[in-house]
Amino acid sequence: MKINDLFQQELTVLNIGAPNFKTDLEHQGISVHQIQWMPPADGDLELIELMDEFSDREDIKAANQEAFSRILKGSPVLIGMKQAIDVIPGMTRNTILHSGPPIGWDRMCDPVKGAVVGALIYEGRAENEEEARQLAASGEITFSPCHEHSAVGPMAGIISPSMPVHIVENKTFGNRAYCTVNEGLGKVLRFGAFDQAVITRLKWIEKEFMPVMQKAIELHGEIDLKVITAQAVQMGDECHNRNKAATCLFFRELVLSLLKTGFPQQQIEKAIDFIRGNDHYFLNLSMPACKSILDPANGIQKSTIVTAMARNGVDFGIQVSGLGKKWFTAPANYVQGLLFPGYDDQDANPDLGDSAITETMGIGGFAMGASPAITQFVGGTVEDAMNYTKSMYTITTGENSAYALPPMDFRGTATGIDILKVLDSGTLPVINTGIAHKVAGIGQIGAGIVNPPKECFVKALKEYGKVRG
Amino acid sequence: MLKKIVVRKNAYFDSVTLMSLGSKVKKLEGVSQAVVVMATEMNREILMNVGLGNEETENAGPNDLVLAVEAEGEEALLAAFGEIEEKLAGNQDKKKNRDSVYKTQEEALKDGVKANLAVISVPGRFAAREAKKALKNNMHVMLFSDNVTVDQERELKELARERGLLVMGPDCGTAVVNGAGLCFANEMRKGSIGIVGASGTGLQEVLVQIDRLGGGIVQALGTGGRDLKESIGGIMMMEGIKALEAEDQVKVLVLVSKPPEPIVEEKIWNLLKQVKKPVVVCFLEGKKRDNLPENICMASTLLEAAQRAVFLEKGVEFQKETRDRREEIQKEKADLKPEQRAVRGFFCGGTLCAEALIVLRERLKEIKSNVSHHEGEILENARDLKGNVLLDLGEDEFTNGRPHPMIEPSLRTEWIVNAAQDSSVGVVLLDVEIGYGSHENPALIAAEGIRMANEAAKAAGRSLKVVAYVCGTDKDRQNLEEQRAILAGEGAILADSNVEAAQIAAELLTD
Repeated sequence: MKINDLFQQELTVLNIGAPNFKTDLEHQGISVHQIQWMPPADGDLELIELMDEFSDREDIKAANQEAFSRILKGSPVLIGMKQAIDVIPGMTRNTILHSGPPIGWDRMCDPVKGAVVGALIYEGRAENEEEARQLAASGEITFSPCHEHSAVGPMAGIISPSMPVHIVENKTFGNRAYCTVNEGLGKVLRFGAFDQAVITRLKWIEKEFMPVMQKAIELHGEIDLKVITAQAVQMGDECHNRNKAATCLFFRELVLSLLKTGFPQQQIEKAIDFIRGNDHYFLNLSMPACKSILDPANGIQKSTIVTAMARNGVDFGIQVSGLGKKWFTAPANYVQGLLFPGYDDQDANPDLGDSAITETMGIGGFAMGASPAITQFVGGTVEDAMNYTKSMYTITTGENSAYALPPMDFRGTATGIDILKVLDSGTLPVINTGIAHKVAGIGQIGAGIVNPPKECFVKALKEYGKVRG
Repeated sequence: MLKKIVVRKNAYFDSVTLMSLGSKVKKLEGVSQAVVVMATEMNREILMNVGLGNEETENAGPNDLVLAVEAEGEEALLAAFGEIEEKLAGNQDKKKNRDSVYKTQEEALKDGVKANLAVISVPGRFAAREAKKALKNNMHVMLFSDNVTVDQERELKELARERGLLVMGPDCGTAVVNGAGLCFANEMRKGSIGIVGASGTGLQEVLVQIDRLGGGIVQALGTGGRDLKESIGGIMMMEGIKALEAEDQVKVLVLVSKPPEPIVEEKIWNLLKQVKKPVVVCFLEGKKRDNLPENICMASTLLEAAQRAVFLEKGVEFQKETRDRREEIQKEKADLKPEQRAVRGFFCGGTLCAEALIVLRERLKEIKSNVSHHEGEILENARDLKGNVLLDLGEDEFTNGRPHPMIEPSLRTEWIVNAAQDSSVGVVLLDVEIGYGSHENPALIAAEGIRMANEAAKAAGRSLKVVAYVCGTDKDRQNLEEQRAILAGEGAILADSNVEAAQIAAELLTD
C-alpha cells in the first residue's frame, strides 16, 4: 500500500497556496517546492470545468500529439519567387491582403491604411493619397487577411497583386506559403510609408530584384529554411526580431548562384547589396517557413493547439487547430519595451503584424533564451529572456529538438501552444516584436515584448466547448 | 557483432551535440563503433568507411539524423540506443536544487520535481481540482482548504483509495507525516504513537499532551471533519487505520473524532477487530461501548486519549494524572463576588471548545455552546450571552472573512472585555495555540485582552478570573514558557491541558 511507502520515504512537498506552510516545513528540514498559484482561467468556473473535462481526454491528447508531430515534421524550403497574382490562392486584381484577423478599411489603424494607400499607388490604381483613400473606402477593393491565403506579412502585411513573394514549400506535406520581400528599415510600406522612395523601391523589387532572385534560386535549387533557422538559433537569432545570423547564412547559401545569374553586373550587385544590407531579410523567409509548417497542423479535429497568432494593429486573433480557420479576436495589446530616442508611449501603435507566426511555431519569443543580443533591443536582462522562454514550456505540448537552445543546455524550443494549458496556467505566449509608430509612414519606433489578450483563448475554449462538448 | 542503423528524417541536431553524444555511446561496454551524425555528404562517407552506411544513409540528407551503432550483442545495442534516446530528449533542462517558483503542478513536474505530498491551501472552489491533479500524479494530499463540497470530497477520497494514496482533509488543519508537522502542528518528540484524527485542534491537543507526558509521535494523519459522515463513509479513517496497523514503527494507535454516524461507526469497529496493535478510541461525546476486544480502550477526552496512548507506548498500567491545585484555586475563588457565577469560554480551537463542554456540563448547572449538538444546550444568540457559555470563535459567523483566530487571535479581545463588563461572569476560559501555522505571539494578544478585561472588572468593583491554556510543546518556536509567562503576567491561571483548564474553571464556580 502506497501510504506505507510514504512512511518510508523522505518527504518532498509541493506547497500549493499559502507560502508560510513552506517556510514552516523548511524549518523542519523538509524539501518544499512552492507553486505560485493563481486561479486558473481567471477563476471562471464554467471555463475551468470545460478545461478539466478536456485536459483528461485521450482523444484530445491524441489530436494534439498529431498536430504537434506535424509541426515537428514540417520541412520548409524556398523554391522560388513570383508575383502574388500568379501564385497566391484567391488573389485577384482587386484584392489587398493585410496582416492579422479580418478588418475593414474603416477600422484599420493608420500604418495599415498608409500601406494600403502605398499599395494602390504602386499598383497604378491611384495617383495620389486622396485617390487611394477614396478607392479603398469605395468597396471596390477586397480586403482579406494574408492568413486566409496561405500568406503572412510583417507589420501591416500588405500584399497587392503585383508584389513579388517568396514561395516556401513544406516538403513533407506539399503545401506552400507566401511572403513579400523585406524592404529594410526606415520609411517602408509595412510601417505605412507610401512616398515616392517607397514606391520606387517596390517597383525595383518587382522589376529588377525578383528576376535575379528567380534565376538564382533556380540555379541553386531549393533552399532549406529549417536548417538555416536551426543554425541561426544557435548563433543568437530567435528569427523573429533578430535575423542577423539567418540572413548571413541565407546570403552565404545564395551568393554564388546570384553571381551566376547572367544579369547585368550592376543589377546583380544591387540585388546582392540589398540582401547584404538588410538584417531582416530572413524575417520574410522565417515567417512563411513557420506558416508552411503550421498550416498542415490546422484542421485536426479535437486538437486544442494554436496554429496562428496574428495582429492587425487593432485586433489580435488566434486560430486553433480543431476549430479550423475561425478567428478568436480581442483588442490588441501595446508592446512593452524600449523606444528609440525621441519617441514615447503615446506614439506607439497597438501590436501589429503576422510575425507572431514565429512564436506560434516555437521560435521568436519562445527561443529568446538563446538570443541574448535581443535583450538589448527589447529591454530587460538575459535572465529575463531565459525566463520568458522557459515559461513557454508550461503552455506547450512538447519540445522541438530541431531548434536547440545552447544556453539552455540545448533544450528544444517549446512547441505546440495548447489553449487548455494557457488558460490553466495563466501563462500567455511571449511575443518578441517591433513597435510601429501609430502614424502611417514614420516606421519602427522600438521593440519589446507583448502577449496576446487572454480573451482570445477564453473565446476559443468556449467555442471548443460548444463544438466538441 | 550486431549493427543497427536508424535514419530520422528532418531531425536536425547541431554537430557539437552529436559528436559528444557519439563519443559517449562509443565508450559504453560492448559497443565497438557508434556514429551519430547528420547525413551530410562528408558524414555519409564516414559512415560507409566504418561500415555503418547503407542505402538508407546514402539517400539521407543534411537535415536527417543517422544513429548507427555496432555492438557485441543485443543487450549492448539496446543500451546504446537507450543512451542516445535519453541524451537527445534529455537536453531538457533538469537542473536540480534550484529554488524555482512554479505556477502549476504540471510545470513543477515537468521540471523534474518529484514530490510525494501536496499541501493544498488554495480557495475552496479550486481546491478539489488541485487535489485531483496531485492524486493523478501519485502525490498524497493534505487538503487544508475548506469549502470543498461533499461530492468532491467523496470523489477525491475514492480516487485516493483506488490509488493507495492519502487525502487528509478537506479542512484538515493538522497532521504529522514521518515526524514532520504539517500546517498547524507542533514540534514533537519522535516516538511510536500513530494517530488518525478527524478534527484539527483536537488532534493538535492530543499531540501536545502526548509530548508533555513524555510520549512520542511517528504519524498523525488528519481526515477532515466530515470523513466519518455516512456520505464519505470514513474512507480515510479506515485507510489510515490499515496503514498504521501495517507500519512497523507504530506501536500504539489513537483514533480521535467526533462520534461517527452509526453506519460508519460499525464499519470502523469491524475494521478494528482485525487490528492487533493497542488502540485508543476517542470519539468525543460518543457512547460508551461494551465488550471491547482486549487491545482496544476508549477515552472520553483528548487528554485521556493522550494519557492512555503514552501509557501504552511505555508499556505501563494506565493511571489518571493527579495533581491537587485545590488550595491555590480556593485562594483565587475568594476574590469572586457571590453573583459572579458564570463562565465564558472563548475558544480559537473548535474541538477544545467541545472538550471543555464535556468537562463543564458535568459540573455546572446550565451551559450553552455553539459547538453543542445536545438539545437545550445549543446557543441561540451569540450577541446576547447569558449564563455559562462556551464559544468557538473559529466559526464563520465570527471570522466574517477575517483569518481564523488561531492565525489572528485579536478578534477575541472584544469578547473578553465584554465578558468582564457582565456582573454575572466570574471566569473567562481561553485557549492559546502555538506551533507551526499559528500566530507569532498569540499570548501577547490574549494578554492585552485580559489586561483590558481586568481593568473593566476593577472599574466595576469586581475581580475577574481568567483561566488560560497554552496548547503547544516546549519545542515550539513561540516558546511555551514565555507564552505562559506573558499570560501569568496579567494574572491568568494557567492550566497544563485543556481539560485541566475547564476543571479549574469549574472549581472556581462551584462550592
